[in-house]
Amino acid sequence: MTAVTTEVTTETTTTATTPATAAAVAASGEERAAGLRVEVRADGGWAAVCRLSDLVPGRGVAALLPDGRQIAVFRDRAGRTYAVGNRDPFTGAYVLSRGLLGSAGGRAFVASPLLKQRFDLATGRCLDDDAVSVPVYAVRTR
Amino acid sequence: MPRTPRPTIVLVGHGMVGQRFLEELASREVTERARVVVLCEEPRPAYDRVQLTSYFSGRTPGELSLVDEGFMERHGIELHLGDPAVAVDRRARTVTSRAGLEIGYDTLVLATGSYPFVPPVPGSDSTGCFVYRTVEDLLAIEEYAGRSRVGTVVGGGLLGLEAAGALSGLGLETHIVEFNPRLMALQVDEGGGAALRRTVEEMGLTVHTGVGGKEITVGADGAVTGMALSDGSRIATDLVVFSAGVRPRDELARGCGLEVGERGGIAVDERCRTADAAVYAIGECARAVDGTVYGLVAPGYEMARVAAEAIAGSTGDAEGAGDAGASFTGADTSTKLKLLGVDVASFGDAHGKTEGCLDVVYSDSRAGVYKKLVVAADGTLLGGVLVGDAEAYGMLRPLTGSVPPVAPEQLVLPAGAGAPAALGPSALPDEAVVCSCHNVTKGTVRAAVTEHACTTVPEVKKCTKAGTGCGSCVKVLTALVNDELEAGGVTVDKGLCGCFAHTRGELYEIVRTRRLSTFAELLDGHGRREARGGEGCEICKPAVASIIASLAPALGASGYVLDGEQAALQDTNDHHLANIQRNGSYSVVPRIPGGEITPEKLIVIGEVARDFGLYTKITGGQRIDLFGARVDQLPAIWARLVDAGFESGHAYGKALRTVKSCVGRTWCRYGVQDSVRMAIDLELRYRGLRAPHKLKSAVSGCQRECAEARSKDFGVIATANGWNLYVGGNGGATPRHADLLAKDLSDAELVRLIDRFLMFYIRTADRLERTAAWLERIEGGLDHVRDVVVHDSLGLCAELEALMADHVANYRDEWAATLDDPERLRRFVSFVNAPGAPDPSVRFVAERDQVRPDLTLLSGPDIPVRTLDALEGSAAR
Repeated sequence: MTAVTTEVTTETTTTATTPATAAAVAASGEERAAGLRVEVRADGGWAAVCRLSDLVPGRGVAALLPDGRQIAVFRDRAGRTYAVGNRDPFTGAYVLSRGLLGSAGGRAFVASPLLKQRFDLATGRCLDDDAVSVPVYAVRTR
Repeated sequence: MPRTPRPTIVLVGHGMVGQRFLEELASREVTERARVVVLCEEPRPAYDRVQLTSYFSGRTPGELSLVDEGFMERHGIELHLGDPAVAVDRRARTVTSRAGLEIGYDTLVLATGSYPFVPPVPGSDSTGCFVYRTVEDLLAIEEYAGRSRVGTVVGGGLLGLEAAGALSGLGLETHIVEFNPRLMALQVDEGGGAALRRTVEEMGLTVHTGVGGKEITVGADGAVTGMALSDGSRIATDLVVFSAGVRPRDELARGCGLEVGERGGIAVDERCRTADAAVYAIGECARAVDGTVYGLVAPGYEMARVAAEAIAGSTGDAEGAGDAGASFTGADTSTKLKLLGVDVASFGDAHGKTEGCLDVVYSDSRAGVYKKLVVAADGTLLGGVLVGDAEAYGMLRPLTGSVPPVAPEQLVLPAGAGAPAALGPSALPDEAVVCSCHNVTKGTVRAAVTEHACTTVPEVKKCTKAGTGCGSCVKVLTALVNDELEAGGVTVDKGLCGCFAHTRGELYEIVRTRRLSTFAELLDGHGRREARGGEGCEICKPAVASIIASLAPALGASGYVLDGEQAALQDTNDHHLANIQRNGSYSVVPRIPGGEITPEKLIVIGEVARDFGLYTKITGGQRIDLFGARVDQLPAIWARLVDAGFESGHAYGKALRTVKSCVGRTWCRYGVQDSVRMAIDLELRYRGLRAPHKLKSAVSGCQRECAEARSKDFGVIATANGWNLYVGGNGGATPRHADLLAKDLSDAELVRLIDRFLMFYIRTADRLERTAAWLERIEGGLDHVRDVVVHDSLGLCAELEALMADHVANYRDEWAATLDDPERLRRFVSFVNAPGAPDPSVRFVAERDQVRPDLTLLSGPDIPVRTLDALEGSAAR
């Protein structure tokens, strides 16, 4: 199994001194975060797949890698991003991006929209069948 | 002495007791070593005669059957239907049937039951006179009632009241004529009879007590026109049902010289054997060793068991032969019934015949409640009568014979008026009989939990048979099982999922009362501690999304299911407003209300399907499903459909699907109402309503029921006077016929009742629980639901109606709303970084002039999947 690190390089600002400036800084941080690019590591390089604002927390999108592979990219409530292969190994259909994101024991998973098997988003391991897994990809936002 | 190596047992009569006898034989494997032949007079195998009246509330004769499919075949039993025994030759040991069959027997069992007693009133054999005993009797009454206005029941006992309820339910003005000074004279005392009479009269029935029928008058055609009573008065009536008690059918026994009682009944010993050791008699045709002919089913079942055990001993090998323990010497005649909707129960010494006994009486004529307990001087509970509120029966009957743990007056007071909160089953001794139909004690039930590891009531029922007879003990049984589970440290986690310890119904209440409109608030504030701050899961997210959608107007949340945070909660089907198929493509179902569609609209559907290369199929719900759309094609397809006047059919949602209809009175020569109009009205009213599961409906224009309304969550069937509303129907893996909720409703009454029913279901059902399962699970079942939505017993109806009015006022077509908003359309792309590119894995091949998914594209070689074959056989190719 490929070991995966999720790199999040979103800036955090901790210099605010009053509530008013804190709100202003948070708003501008939000704007900047929305403009950030989400990149996925593939074939030794980083491929930009979408803007962070394209990702709805708790949902995924499908993206094409330069070599034509399909991946599913997710963002959770805490702002962490994940990428796994889009193909559901149980049915062969390219649909994992359309599954629901959930968490159990603090770990995020996606449930296939077809037969509901769950895959850990950090390891790709199927939580309902040890012998099955999906590929995972490193993600960063910048 | 067996005359052949394989002895023959002949059973005469296949009623409830006869069938139970066969089951008892089979469970002792007697059917494997003996030939068993059954002669049955009726044209159908044994059915539940106790529930006979439920035929009028919609149970079919098939549903009343007591014989499991394949039972006779499995045990090699020869059943001759419609061929009663007419003679027995005890010397030759043969039975002759009406058709001329002559069967030799080694053992003969008579289970001929009883026949309705028809008092010797002149004219009692006229056209329009009936008895109330068999399914055939009911069919005949129903048919004749169709052309009658007034019906009279002779007999105000248990069966008489049932018959009166049936006539009243068939829409007849109904009279009850009872010779005794009160109704149900056998079971209840004077006070109970008076309470019962008041309630029955309030329902619009006329009661005549202390009088008998003197003569039945007929018209020129020989049909009943009236009945003269012994007090000189006269009832103008079109139909008469005699239900004045039963008499044992002992004529076969008399014919072959067996002893019968003075007032009938074949005399048997404590093993249910007649003076002829080869002949047994069981059930209502037998006179037990205590001189009583028992007309209740529980003693009959007990006799069936005793006889089977005796026969198993005599036909068996050495080990069985010594087993002669079982005996029947008398039985408890306690009963609890619902007659005309009134609970009536009597148990033990109901009439206070014990020397020196005392009464404790609670009577509230206003509420039609009467309760009496009979106690001995030392406080021992001896018996009692309950009318109007028999809630306490389940606890009181098992306590009979012991000194109750609280004072007797506290046992009859209504809740909240000084009665203990609840006298729990912990008050019962272990030897108390909880289920009297199957003679199951509290100790046996406890053992089912502690020793047989049962953890649910259905498991305990299966293990002990408790609660599977009349069902009156199920409430106590449930409390007992839960107590025992708790005592054993088993906490039954009823939580929705790993994220919430609450049930769906509880979450609904939390969302409603706290006006929460986001999943995050609910999870972080009310989730299991370890799940707070997390993502939720694939189970709770759609369930909560549905709750929020159902309550949206009341919460001030968006009615559009894909706005804001709600978008992240929806299953892919709701998220794309279409149904995902096995290759990742979607199907599209436009709404076709009531199944009515113009040629122009049909042509549009055809053109859209043709232009986008979609596979088309007619659905079971009278609409058209278009398959094979890529996610990026959905907006263009819907733009065409919305333009032509279509809107979303919600085939993707846990929501109202369709309201199917027949053409009704407009075209059909049998139709009595405009079923298409009503189906369209209902479909438009409830479209878009989110529910715990999908909702299906149908409207039939007459009783022929061509729209199959009784297989739906709510089904409507036209009558001459309006509409009958049925609820809780289902097709699928566990089919269930819908139950009649209310009848002869006007349009407005029908809609109001459906509003309430649906909102009550949405409020209280579990996740993915269809109305059929909900109705079976919810405490009190159909009666409770009727109390709530018809009689407003919880005072909820105004609120339920207001919620539905909100829904109707705020409905907007989801597809039109999506097409209007470029932001909402952004999700309909195959790839976020290549919006124009189609998904190359969604391809099709031709089959029967249309497309089907090309699954070979999906079986990529790169990922080894061990379970692929098992899960998706064809995808593995």
